[in-house]
Amino acid sequence: MQEHLETYLRMERLPHIWCPGCGNGIVLGSLVKAIHELGYDQDKTVIVSGIGCSSRAAGYMDFNTLHTTHGRALAFATGVKLAKPELKVFVLMGDGDATAIGGNHFIHAARRNMDMTAIIFNNNIYGMTGGQYSPLTPEDRRATTAPYGTIERNFDLAELAKAAGATYVARSTTYHNSLLTRLMVAAARHKGFSVVEAITACPVAYGRRNKLGDGADMLLAQKENAVTVKQAESMGKDELAGKIVIGELYQAEAPEYTELYQQIIQRAQARASKGCN
Amino acid sequence: MNKALSSLGPSDISIKSKWCKGCRICVAICPKKVLAMDAQHKATVVNPEACNRCRMCETHCPDFAIEIGVKET
Amino acid sequence: MSQLVNMARLMQGNEAVAEGALAAGIRFFAGYPITPSTEVAEILAERLPEVGGKFIQMEDEIASMAAIIGASLAGVKSLTATSGPGFSLKQENLGYATMAEVPCVVVNVQRSGPSTGIPTAPAQGDVMQARWGTHGDHPAIALCPASVAECFDLTVRAVNFAEKYRTPVILLMDEVIGHMRERVVLPPADQVMVVDRKKPAVGPDRYYAYRPDEDGVPPMANFGEGYRYHVTGLVHDEAGNPSTNPKIAEQLIYRLHNKIDSRLDEIVAVEEMETADAEVVVVAYGGVARSARRAVKEARQAGLPVGLIRPITIWPFPEQAIHQLADRAKRFVVAEMNLGQLRGEVERVVKGRAMVTGVNRVDGELVTPAEILAAIKEVG
Ligand SMILES: Cc1ncc(C[n+]2csc(CCOP(=O)(O)OP(=O)(O)O)c2C)c(N)n1
Ligand code: SF4
Ligand code: SF4
Ligand code: SF4
Repeated sequence: MQEHLETYLRMERLPHIWCPGCGNGIVLGSLVKAIHELGYDQDKTVIVSGIGCSSRAAGYMDFNTLHTTHGRALAFATGVKLAKPELKVFVLMGDGDATAIGGNHFIHAARRNMDMTAIIFNNNIYGMTGGQYSPLTPEDRRATTAPYGTIERNFDLAELAKAAGATYVARSTTYHNSLLTRLMVAAARHKGFSVVEAITACPVAYGRRNKLGDGADMLLAQKENAVTVKQAESMGKDELAGKIVIGELYQAEAPEYTELYQQIIQRAQARASKGCN
Repeated sequence: MNKALSSLGPSDISIKSKWCKGCRICVAICPKKVLAMDAQHKATVVNPEACNRCRMCETHCPDFAIEIGVKET
Repeated sequence: MSQLVNMARLMQGNEAVAEGALAAGIRFFAGYPITPSTEVAEILAERLPEVGGKFIQMEDEIASMAAIIGASLAGVKSLTATSGPGFSLKQENLGYATMAEVPCVVVNVQRSGPSTGIPTAPAQGDVMQARWGTHGDHPAIALCPASVAECFDLTVRAVNFAEKYRTPVILLMDEVIGHMRERVVLPPADQVMVVDRKKPAVGPDRYYAYRPDEDGVPPMANFGEGYRYHVTGLVHDEAGNPSTNPKIAEQLIYRLHNKIDSRLDEIVAVEEMETADAEVVVVAYGGVARSARRAVKEARQAGLPVGLIRPITIWPFPEQAIHQLADRAKRFVVAEMNLGQLRGEVERVVKGRAMVTGVNRVDGELVTPAEILAAIKEVG
């Protein structure tokens, strides 16, 4: 691990800013291992992130890193990837980042199926701003902006991604971080828009207020609450309530955007050269 | 990766105190009770012989503060 | 001669923008349709792939702005075009491009507002939004064409400024100019002056992405070229790493301003007509400048000492030129399709040395020569 860190992280910037027990560092560790396994050239890999605690991950990574505006990471990434399809692109986002302010960009990125991997650090809360509810905060939880409990229904990120057209969707937790690494690898190898939801603990802005204990308690709760895709198959809806289904959730084949655009270029050039003759 | 398991000594579990934020995740997750929190709320090795090198502490430490060494022979 | 005639084409302002963009090396466009700018997108959707460039219609203007910044960082010259409400949505990431020093061009074909206004009617109500639309203290460059030929020229200039100074540049058009058709002769490709961003002179190990050269502009490595660095909208140090150090913050914000403010002679352009002995100076830009030219001609025919100054660069505001004219002029008449956005700037520079009045319309109609002429004659 240590040698991976030295290769892939900007060591002079560590220790990172995250709170004690925050799961973001575990997700970052998984990503580093995944990229190592993928064997990607750091010079040819771009890490794009939005705004939030989790999005600070990009700054620690020794790649071409692009820390953007809140919710817009996928739109920046779309520009990078379409301009230079040979670059590998990972997009790191928080749950609020990806599904509230960035919800529109998220569904359209999924629909376009451009080859990139979105990794959502789902801590069920707005961490950076101190604990306001997000579209992924479950019902009847406490947040600074829901002092009496949340009444909004939460998204299921994976279902959302799938319905919007993502062609690879997977989920794991920081407890199950070797699975998380494997899923990141598979997602990156998949051609098209892939989504990996990483369930991660925010003990400071979420756990404390909801009596979920500290980072260690929250991490162990992930172990308790996780069921594999296979286990979930034989479970009823009620049984699945409150469970975290982990593993590969969806995979499909669909034309990839930048390849389709290459065909557009060929079509346009063929027509233009005909016009000239 | 897993060679020389038997020659494992205390020095093979290295904890970077400067990076440790005292979250106690490693302590909670270690199946062999090798680790404990010290008075300064930093993780420390208390029972090195019990370590089975499962690396659960290393992979779950959010602060990259633990390294389970690989003895080169 | 006959060749030039052959090359003359009847062209719309928006079309000339698209041609200028291609000539300047723009190879990436991201946008969202909005009247009266849509033609720029439509033309580039067709033309960009012909030259191996990329076009993408994004889900909104926020995303379009984000996408062109991403593409520019990847090394491809990028442009977007919009209008009114779309320009409002660009602001967040326009500020990002300023802060992260990413070259790009935003075309805003102004239409009547606020809000949806009259989508097809011209206005010049975004003058101040072009200057101050994004939050925080920042410099701005905005160019304002008044003819179809100038749409081409200023698009090229906007791209060149963006590349040279690593900053977003706004082409501030209006519906009159965007939709007007004129006969123009475009220069052959090899006669268009094209500027490219400065490349790093050192290897990756010695490269600091935000360490400026003497001109205040840091050389720019593109993503994928072996220089790995961090780009952020946060205040950052020379390596690009976020910082909350007040000294670093101050230095950065001053440098962003200075790299523009120290080159006003390169950036600021005006057209002056009959100003040498003018006692009344009409100030007009964009579509209104055409009416103003007529009005000044007629005034001169009537023997009145009237001149015209037309800011071609609207931001930074041509303070020096206005300042000099104020030595002689007794009165400035600022004609614009808003309620006095640029008049305030003229007043600021004139500092009471001359009278400043306005001719203003916000009904979605162009200010006419007769209205300007009437204002010229009013007091003088
Ligand atoms: C346009 C805009 N609105 C609001 C904010 C303030 N803001 C910063 S981070 C954040 C939410 C962070 O939550 P999330 O995306 O879930 O990431 P986390 O911090 O939990 O990792 C908000 C609302 C902002 N930076 N920009
Ligand atoms: S506030 Fe929450 S998400 Fe942010 S660093 Fe702290 S624990 Fe992590
Ligand atoms: S998991 Fe890491 S940071 Fe947390 S107590 Fe253990 S060594 Fe320290
Ligand atoms: S490697 Fe396993 S047994 Fe050894 S200290 Fe870490 S968690 Fe405990």
